[in-house]
Amino acid sequence: MSETMKLVLNVWRQPDATTKGDFERFEIPDVSPDMSFLEMLDVLNERLTQKGQETIAFDHDCREGICGTCGIVINGVPHGPQKLTTTCQLHMRKFKDGDELWLEPWRSTAFPVIKDLVVDRSSFDRIIQAGGFISVGAGSAPDANAIPIGKEVAEQAMDAAACIGCGACVAACPNASAMLFTAAKVGHLGLLPQGQPERYERVQKMVATMDNENFGACTNHAECEASCPKGISIDFIAMMNRDLLKGAVQHPIELD
Amino acid sequence: MRRVFRLYESTIGKKIVMAVTGVLLVGFVVAHMAGNLKMYAGQEKMDHYGEFLREFAAPVLGHGGFLWVARAILLLAVAAHIRSAILLTRQSQAARDVGYKVTTRRESNYASLSMRWGGVFLAAFIVLHILHFTTGHIHPTFEHGAPYANVVAGFTVWWTAALYILAMIPLGLHLYHGTWSMLQTLGANHPRYNHLRRKIALAVALIVVVGNISFPVAVLTGLIK
Repeated sequence: MSETMKLVLNVWRQPDATTKGDFERFEIPDVSPDMSFLEMLDVLNERLTQKGQETIAFDHDCREGICGTCGIVINGVPHGPQKLTTTCQLHMRKFKDGDELWLEPWRSTAFPVIKDLVVDRSSFDRIIQAGGFISVGAGSAPDANAIPIGKEVAEQAMDAAACIGCGACVAACPNASAMLFTAAKVGHLGLLPQGQPERYERVQKMVATMDNENFGACTNHAECEASCPKGISIDFIAMMNRDLLKGAVQHPIELD
Repeated sequence: MRRVFRLYESTIGKKIVMAVTGVLLVGFVVAHMAGNLKMYAGQEKMDHYGEFLREFAAPVLGHGGFLWVARAILLLAVAAHIRSAILLTRQSQAARDVGYKVTTRRESNYASLSMRWGGVFLAAFIVLHILHFTTGHIHPTFEHGAPYANVVAGFTVWWTAALYILAMIPLGLHLYHGTWSMLQTLGANHPRYNHLRRKIALAVALIVVVGNISFPVAVLTGLIK
């Protein structure tokens, strides 16, 4: 069995959205390097429960890096130090004995804190509702490959579709902008033939909703790309900018 | 109530204003540097170049008319650039009401992080620069219509030359991140050419900075007198 580590955690504690929060310090003397980051928090919560204290609230679901539910800013980096990795897939062997960690929730006006490290990301849902869909005729499933799609286009669309909507891009952005998320959704549908009918309408609706949700404005730092667990490229932001320009000039839409 | 999507009201629309005015301003600083290279051709050629700019399209615009049209366009571009920058900065500041205790930067650099304060510094420098070499208010021996002599006399004052050289640092950083941002915002995006965007930005910044720094250095070292 591998040796255990001693860690100090400074965890953001906030009972609800309206109460002011602060950091609480925890010392854990026996962290196994084989634990995932969330398992380490599970162990801590277990002990807090035994002592009759309030457990730390954090988001998690699939714990295999595909659902987009988890997300903690660890020492200033969303999802922690390992690139292309969600918090749940991060392991404690990435840390050293004696490390002091600061755990913070995603910080964005558009993502209000619900409790401790849990934030409300329904602003993302509203961006999707505005245009993150395609309209298809209902009925039996179409034949596979009924619509030919070039390999390169399919790959590029898939790169954008890899977005799990975790919000790390917003958390990492010095401007708290949601451009990478929105661009990934606009891009993956806009590249494919099935997404063409609503392509220019979609981008206007999604950008207008993004603006309404109080996200910030992109200044091309590319911090989002560095923190994205799926490695989505900011090239999709350039693609969205061009689609929006074309859409707003050639096919301006009416907003509800 | 239904309303139409208005580009200029959206975040990206304001960024497009930044980028389009940026194209004009980048084009201006490149042309400004290139034109001043006439300093190396001697007094007669440089003064003649100044006269050429005043006489350009004179039959249509009158004497000096071209310069005033160019100044009006640049002033409008600067005003729109600054207005959008202020609106976008305010939006971004409001977008993070509670800040982080710990901040770690991975991709942003001096250029990208200094855009806002660098812009404020450049605006101040441009005002001084106009008072110095255009209107002559803060120039020791300004003579209208004699740009060569004005430049030489201006940069003979060592601390003025030093200030101009130092001002090229924020200009270079602003041009580097600005040119790259401009290409990104205007959607210049193609897998085959994307790797060129950073290089184009670096080339623009380096050409302007090296060219501009050469003038005070040439005066101080006696290459131009």
